[in-house]
Order: sequence, then structure tokens, then C-alpha cells
Amino acid sequence: MTRRYSALSLFKEGLAGQTGWKQAWRSPEPKPSYDAIVIGGGGHGLATAYYLAKNHGIARVAVLEKGWIGGGNTGRNTTVVRSNYYYPESVELYGLAHRLYEGLSKDLNYNVMLSRRGMVNLCHSTVEMEMGARTVNAMQINGIDAELFSPEDVRRVAPIYNFSPDARFPVFGGIWQRRAGTARHDAVAWGYARAASRLGVDIIQNCEISDFIIEGGRCRGVRTTRGTIRAERIGMAVAGHSSVLAAKAGFRLPINSYALQACVSEPVKPILDTVVLSPGTGVYVSQSDKGEIVIGGGLDRIPSYAQRGNLPTLETVVAGLLEMFPIFGQLKLMRQWAGIVDVVPDSSPIIGESPLPNLFLNCGWGTGGFKAIPAGGTLLANLLATGRHNDISRPFDLDRFASGRLIDEAAGSGIAH
Amino acid sequence: MQLFPCPFCGPRDETEFHFGGDAGNVRPDGADLPIERWANYLYLRSNPKGAAREIWVHVTCGEFFVMERDTVTHEVLSSTALGGEHAA
Ligand SMILES: Cc1cc2nc3c(=O)[nH]c(=O)nc-3n(C[C@H](O)[C@H](O)[C@H](O)COP(=O)(O)OP(=O)(O)OC[C@H]3O[C@@H](n4cnc5c(N)ncnc54)[C@H](O)[C@@H]3O)c2cc1C
Ligand SMILES: [Zn+2]
Repeated sequence: MTRRYSALSLFKEGLAGQTGWKQAWRSPEPKPSYDAIVIGGGGHGLATAYYLAKNHGIARVAVLEKGWIGGGNTGRNTTVVRSNYYYPESVELYGLAHRLYEGLSKDLNYNVMLSRRGMVNLCHSTVEMEMGARTVNAMQINGIDAELFSPEDVRRVAPIYNFSPDARFPVFGGIWQRRAGTARHDAVAWGYARAASRLGVDIIQNCEISDFIIEGGRCRGVRTTRGTIRAERIGMAVAGHSSVLAAKAGFRLPINSYALQACVSEPVKPILDTVVLSPGTGVYVSQSDKGEIVIGGGLDRIPSYAQRGNLPTLETVVAGLLEMFPIFGQLKLMRQWAGIVDVVPDSSPIIGESPLPNLFLNCGWGTGGFKAIPAGGTLLANLLATGRHNDISRPFDLDRFASGRLIDEAAGSGIAH
Repeated sequence: MQLFPCPFCGPRDETEFHFGGDAGNVRPDGADLPIERWANYLYLRSNPKGAAREIWVHVTCGEFFVMERDTVTHEVLSSTALGGEHAA
């Protein structure tokens, strides 16, 4: 009988031998038509469906996922949540996401295990320090929390970093965002799925879109492995597979797909309680709540749909990790994996109507869209419900590539690309 | 570690190569081109899943060439020097 999670329900289930828990979301058969269809059951797709129901009262919605929900990049990322971006447009977008993240566990009645442990982007030279000061200033002016760290500050939050005099990447300081941290990635997908399902959204897994129904020049539905499903508003949030679906809809996107890898060590006792990123090594690292060291790095060098990653990049990442933390030389790697990410020339997402009327896009998050899930969902839901942009999504429309108003966050956000 | 075939140097380590974009994406020519034509040339990509024809550069020797490969299996099907004509 247990539907809402609370201390009391936990306690009652403890007494009842954990036998009363209900399935977290329903798995209905697809209906022939909906008010809106969302393609892709990652974080962005599930959040879109949830906000369609919650913010706009549109609950006749289907989320269509070719595999299992959260099986794409949402379940494969290194879980870092931050909003240390440079341009005002990005600040609005990632700031919205960050604020929503902070209330998400309560909103969804699902613990997404947001941990605001802070993140430091290291500076390894006086020049990087100057760029760091510029970034901190920009963030502060835009109302985002940021601090410029001295070497002593870095030593305080990451004492195990390689501070030796002959270190290849000496620390001159860093950019600190205290509110940054991590969240449990699976929980974000599951929490949105459960909350959306409770509001009436149909979550349909093992349902691959093979084609679009195009009538009178507009998109009117999709053909899937589970039959034809119609809707007048269709949103797609399929990350690294956006170009594949765009080709079926008859257009191209400014996207290349690359594998992005991550790996985790065996679990060890708590040793690192913040997120550390080094632009010099291109590696960032945190410790999971289970004790594993979670390691991420740059993109693979070869455009790819092979969801496994290649060895040279993994070697670079591990070599970089050991430059940063020689103490990790004893650790065993437990797992390595990759996700296919959608890389856009200006490293900013694409949110807006596609060249095919009725079909709306949420893609191009590349290496950094986990932190943006609540905002991506809010904005795609708004587009599907109203057919129009709001002020936050407008700058991220596809038309920026023709108008030249790019939002080039490749350097500004300190992402390793 | 994968070896890529440079048409000039033979099989070399993948880390010596840099991806250059879709083959056949020829720079538009003419004075009064619509802005969309430039945007297409500069930004839009085919990004196929499976068979792909791409421009690569072998950074070590500096030569550009066309490589046909499968973006899922990473199998290389052909590798040819760029001729005087456009790589279509
Ligand atoms: C290794 C790695 C580390 C990362 N680290 C971070 C990080 O620390 N912080 C951060 O903010 N971001 C990070 N990211 C990026 C982040 O994971 C993604 O930007 C984000 O998860 C994208 O969410 P999504 O919902 O758009 O895509 P996904 O979660 O990939 O969901 C898309 C879904 O679409 C489905 N789909 C595809 N084609 C079809 C079809 N034809 N029919 C039906 N369904 C289809 C897929 O199966 C998939 O489930 C990382 C990514 C990777 C790979
Ligand atoms: Zn060569």
C-alpha cells in the first residue's frame, strides 16, 4: 500500500517486512494517441513529461524509450551538479536547473541525494589564475556563488592533491563553487518517472522510434516498435542519437556524436569530500557515497556511436589522475564505461522548434547535461505546452547558428572537451 | 589501440589523427548566398550512425584525406588521398 515515501512509511514497511512497496511507476500499454509525446526516457525526457503534467496540466503524455529509462547518458554520467557558467544566457539556464535541483527531493518525494560538497576548478599558472579571477567576477556579477581560492584554500579542501614542489600541475589557486556537488543520477531518472507516472504520464520502455508520421508538412506522430502513436506536439530528448532521428525527420543538426568515458575505483574510506577538476590534466574526480573514486575526463577523439570508449583516452585520464593524486596509484579500477554525447560547436544545448513543425528539440547537452535536467525539462515542457519560447530558452534556439549569436561556453564553463 | 591508415604513411596509431568533418561539405561559392547556406556549410553535420565518409588529417605528416569508416564498429573501409578535385 505504500505510495508516499516518508520516515513513517519506512518504519511501517520495516514492521511489515518490506512487503508493501508498490512499483514506482506504471508500465501501461501505449495508447493510439496522446496530447504530447516525449521521445527519450533519459532525465530530460522524464523531466519534460513531469513538468508538462505539473506546470501545464497536460497529463495525456507518453514518454517513449527504446531501452530502459535512465539507460542512456543519465545513468552513465559522473553526477556533477554545478552552475559555474560564464555567459548570462547560460547563467539563467543552469541557475534555474541548480535552484530546482535544490528542491527536487522534496518536489518529487524521492531522495535524489543531492550533496553540496563544493567543487574547485584548479588554476595551474598565473595566466590561469587571471582567467579564474575573470570567471569568478562574471559569476558573482551574475548572482552565482563563486570564490577565488588561494593555494592554501585548495589545500584545505583537497589536502591529498599533489602539492609537491616538482608537481607537473602546481596549484596557483582555483575557482570554488560551494553549492556545487553531486546527485544520484539513477535517482533523478527514477524520481521523475515516479512523479510523472503519479500525475498520469505513460512511461513506455522498449519502444524505439523508427520513423515520424509527417502529414501536411507537420509532424503528427511516430512509428515505433510498439505501433503507431499520434500527437500534435512531439518533443525529443535523445542526446547522442539526435542526428539519427533528425535524419528520419528530414533535417540535419549542428551535432557530432562522441563517446565520453568515465571509470570508478574500488570503494575506499572517505578521503576526498569535494569535486576537483584540473584543466591541465583534463580530469575531474569525486568520491561517491559508497566510497568509489569517480573519474571523468575529456571526450574521445573520434566521432563514434560505439558505447564503450577507446583506450588512448582512458590512458590519458588515468595518467592525469595520478599526476593530480599520486596517492590513488594503489587503487584498482572496478569499471569503465562510456555514453554517446551530442557535441555542438558552441558547447551549449539546442532547445526549440525543429525544422519540422510540431517537433521540438532538447539536445546538444554534450558532456554536461545532467546538471541541467530540471531546466531542460521545464523548458521543453513549456515549448510543448505553449508552442513558444520563454526568455530562458529563446537564446538556445537552433536559429542561433544562422544568426551567429553563439553562446560559446567551451572555455567559459571550464568543461573538459 | 586502433591503427588508422594514412594514404601516405600507412597504418599509424589513432592518436596521430584528427577528425576534420563530413567529406563533400564543399565551401559555398558566390556573392549573394543566403545566410542559411553559410550556416549549413559551417555548422550542420550528417553525423551518421554506421557508414560515414569523413575528412581526416594525419597530424604527423600534415596530409588531409578521406576515410570511409563505420561509426559503430570503427571498421575502416577505405582511405584515399584528397585529389585536386573536390572530395564528393
Ligand atoms: C561519462 C559521462 C560523464 C558525464 N558527466 C556529467 C557530469 O558530471 N555532470 C553533468 O552535468 N553531465 C554529465 N554528463 C552528460 C549528461 O550525462 C548528459 O548530458 C545527460 O544525461 C543527457 O540527458 P538526456 O536525458 O538528454 O539523455 P539520455 O540520458 O542519454 O537519454 C536519452 C534517451 O533516448 C533514448 N533514445 C535514443 N534513441 C531513441 C529512439 N530512436 N527511440 C526511443 N528512445 C531513444 C536512449 O535510449 C536514452 O535513454 C556525462 C555524460 C557521460 C557519458
Ligand atoms: Zn601521414
